[in-house]
Amino acid sequence: MSAVVKRFPQRLDTRQGQVDMTHGSGGRAMAQLIDALFVKYFDNDLLRQSNDQAAFNVDAGRMVMSTDGHVISPLFFPGGDIGGLAVHGTVNDVAMSGAKPLYLSAGFILEEGFPLSDLERIVESMAKASKEAGVPVVTGDTKVVEKGKGDGVFITTTGVGIVPEGVNISGDLARPGDVILVNGTMGDHGVAIMSSRENLEFETTIESDSAALHTLVAEMVSVAPDIHCLRDPTRGGLATTLNELAMQSNVGMRLRETDIPIKPEVSAACELLGLDPLYVANEGKLICICPAKDAKAVLDVMKSHPLGEDAVIIGEVVEDEHSFVQMETAFGGGRVVDWIAGEQLPRIC
Amino acid sequence: MKYIEEFRQHELAVKLAKAIEAEADSSRQYNLMEFCGGHTHAIFRYGVQDLMPENVRFVHGPGCPVCVLPIARIDNAIELVERHDVILCTYGDMLRVPASGRKSLIKVKANGGDVRMVYSTQDALRIARENPERQVVFFAIGFETTTPPTAVALKQAKAEGLKNFTIFCNHVLTPAAIQNILESPEVRELGSVSIDGFFGPSHVSSVIGSRPYEFFAEEFGKPVVIAGFEPLDVMQSALMLIRQLNEGRHEVENEYTRVVTREGNTKAQALVAEVMELRRSFEWRGLGLVPYSALKIKEAYAEFDAERRFELQPSDATDVKGCECPAILRGTKKPTDCKLFGTVCTPENPKGSCMVSSEGACAAYWTYGRFRKPEDKQNSTKESAA
Repeated sequence: MSAVVKRFPQRLDTRQGQVDMTHGSGGRAMAQLIDALFVKYFDNDLLRQSNDQAAFNVDAGRMVMSTDGHVISPLFFPGGDIGGLAVHGTVNDVAMSGAKPLYLSAGFILEEGFPLSDLERIVESMAKASKEAGVPVVTGDTKVVEKGKGDGVFITTTGVGIVPEGVNISGDLARPGDVILVNGTMGDHGVAIMSSRENLEFETTIESDSAALHTLVAEMVSVAPDIHCLRDPTRGGLATTLNELAMQSNVGMRLRETDIPIKPEVSAACELLGLDPLYVANEGKLICICPAKDAKAVLDVMKSHPLGEDAVIIGEVVEDEHSFVQMETAFGGGRVVDWIAGEQLPRIC
Repeated sequence: MKYIEEFRQHELAVKLAKAIEAEADSSRQYNLMEFCGGHTHAIFRYGVQDLMPENVRFVHGPGCPVCVLPIARIDNAIELVERHDVILCTYGDMLRVPASGRKSLIKVKANGGDVRMVYSTQDALRIARENPERQVVFFAIGFETTTPPTAVALKQAKAEGLKNFTIFCNHVLTPAAIQNILESPEVRELGSVSIDGFFGPSHVSSVIGSRPYEFFAEEFGKPVVIAGFEPLDVMQSALMLIRQLNEGRHEVENEYTRVVTREGNTKAQALVAEVMELRRSFEWRGLGLVPYSALKIKEAYAEFDAERRFELQPSDATDVKGCECPAILRGTKKPTDCKLFGTVCTPENPKGSCMVSSEGACAAYWTYGRFRKPEDKQNSTKESAA
């Protein structure tokens, strides 16, 4: 009678265990980590082949590729965690070209001593986000760095996708006369993160808006293939992203503060911390710039999608040699909405 | 956001704008100095100048604590980190202020210095408790508003017998600075700056009350209106100042009655008086040495005074060549008069302190008002607005 030969005699201890240097050494411990965590949760045919790369066929056409590193602190926050964020971030970056995202890769940099239970939670959440988005993680990499050389876990994801025929979306295509739309309230993600940061903990009901936007984009592109620009206002918030687009397209923008949707709780938290919600990060929001003739169709289709219920037109693209983003304030004056300088720091007096 | 939005209403702003236009005498100019950086920020962020008549001009004053701290004091803070290996706890705005030798606290941090951004003195105390083997210094800056929390921290540290906690005290006083501006030769004799009236600080006045301004309203014949930080507060206060000037009055009036009283917060005043005392003189960026314009830690609390514990010496640091921060802080020059403005000095790479804090005149000017054309009132900054 012969005993069943197990590949790994002891199971991976995801309760008490910690990441150690052997998990990145290429030996059996690493193979077990991949098997018991990554393959288990991301499970798909391509990953199960256990090659150093994923091979797949694609239709002819224009492909897009995007990569995004995730280093967020804290790793778990109201409404999400680094795992879900790592999927949403890259799916969105691919989708902002109008493309249908197809596959993801994931690179993990783990710090020695990081609890395996937390890693499992993150991988599970990542797998859930990828499944919901319909974009599988088909290849990956794991490295371990010594204690003190990382901050728990860093995740880099790369995504590829295919752009539908006739769609050409790019940051340099905004034209005077175009209208500027957003799909919902600004600043939710940043405030949710700040509320859970050490030193700053405050009670709030705000949750991160982290979400994959590709299905929303697909519907927008189907009614208006002539959308000029799409971009997700992540770091630096709405203000910084609009400045990027204004500079790339060599145009100015005029916004109306009263039309920019911001949750009262977000306004209040920003007021307290001395921050401007226009500069606070989002993870489930997009900016759309399209010809005025398409604005109504795009707005309608956005509003009928669960991730675009609060969609609204916030301003117009204008000619401006300085590429300024300017705003008519709710108060009745005008101001320049400039690039963010450094991190937004709270006022002190 | 109830109780805040009420002070930002467009309809009321339009009404007030009409009242100001009707009150302002078109044959004269009104130069109103907002001493405090909080007002500067509000004026630019909400575009208040756009609602004012052409002949009413805001002159930005030196009331930004980050801006007025001289380079020598930041050099001292850097010395604490680099030479004495302390954990330096500071408010975020101080991190990017340029010091001597192209240094700043943020660069010192990048080189491995233990500089930590905190939101209150309580965070600094907590860090001291958690790191008993390290010296922890709180970099205390600010006007009368931030002084009471520092006083509380001093008392707490003493009560707890903390051996590793000190405060690098840089608290400065508003009335002394206003008086200094009014006595400066530029204002008094040369007449190159005309300041007709003052917006009194709001938060500072909640602590010190309105009484301290009575002296110079009387002595220098300038009206003062204590103004709240919301844009409607600023407009209402401008109307009150213009009215006083038209009627030839120079009194201290209080627009910010929802917070400020004549006597102020006497409990906070007593607390500060218990642990701190006047410095004979203190250097301000832009104003130079100003007598009795700052506070130091009293002898009874000497063991919590970083200047004493680490024997800090004043450095002979000077401002960056070509930087007009001093003149801008006195109200004698506008940010756009500075050759460095927008060329080598930007918020991303500040050379002078006024470009660092969002309350600094240069940063506010750059961020919210730059390059607006005088003829395009709705969408651009009037040059006279500066």
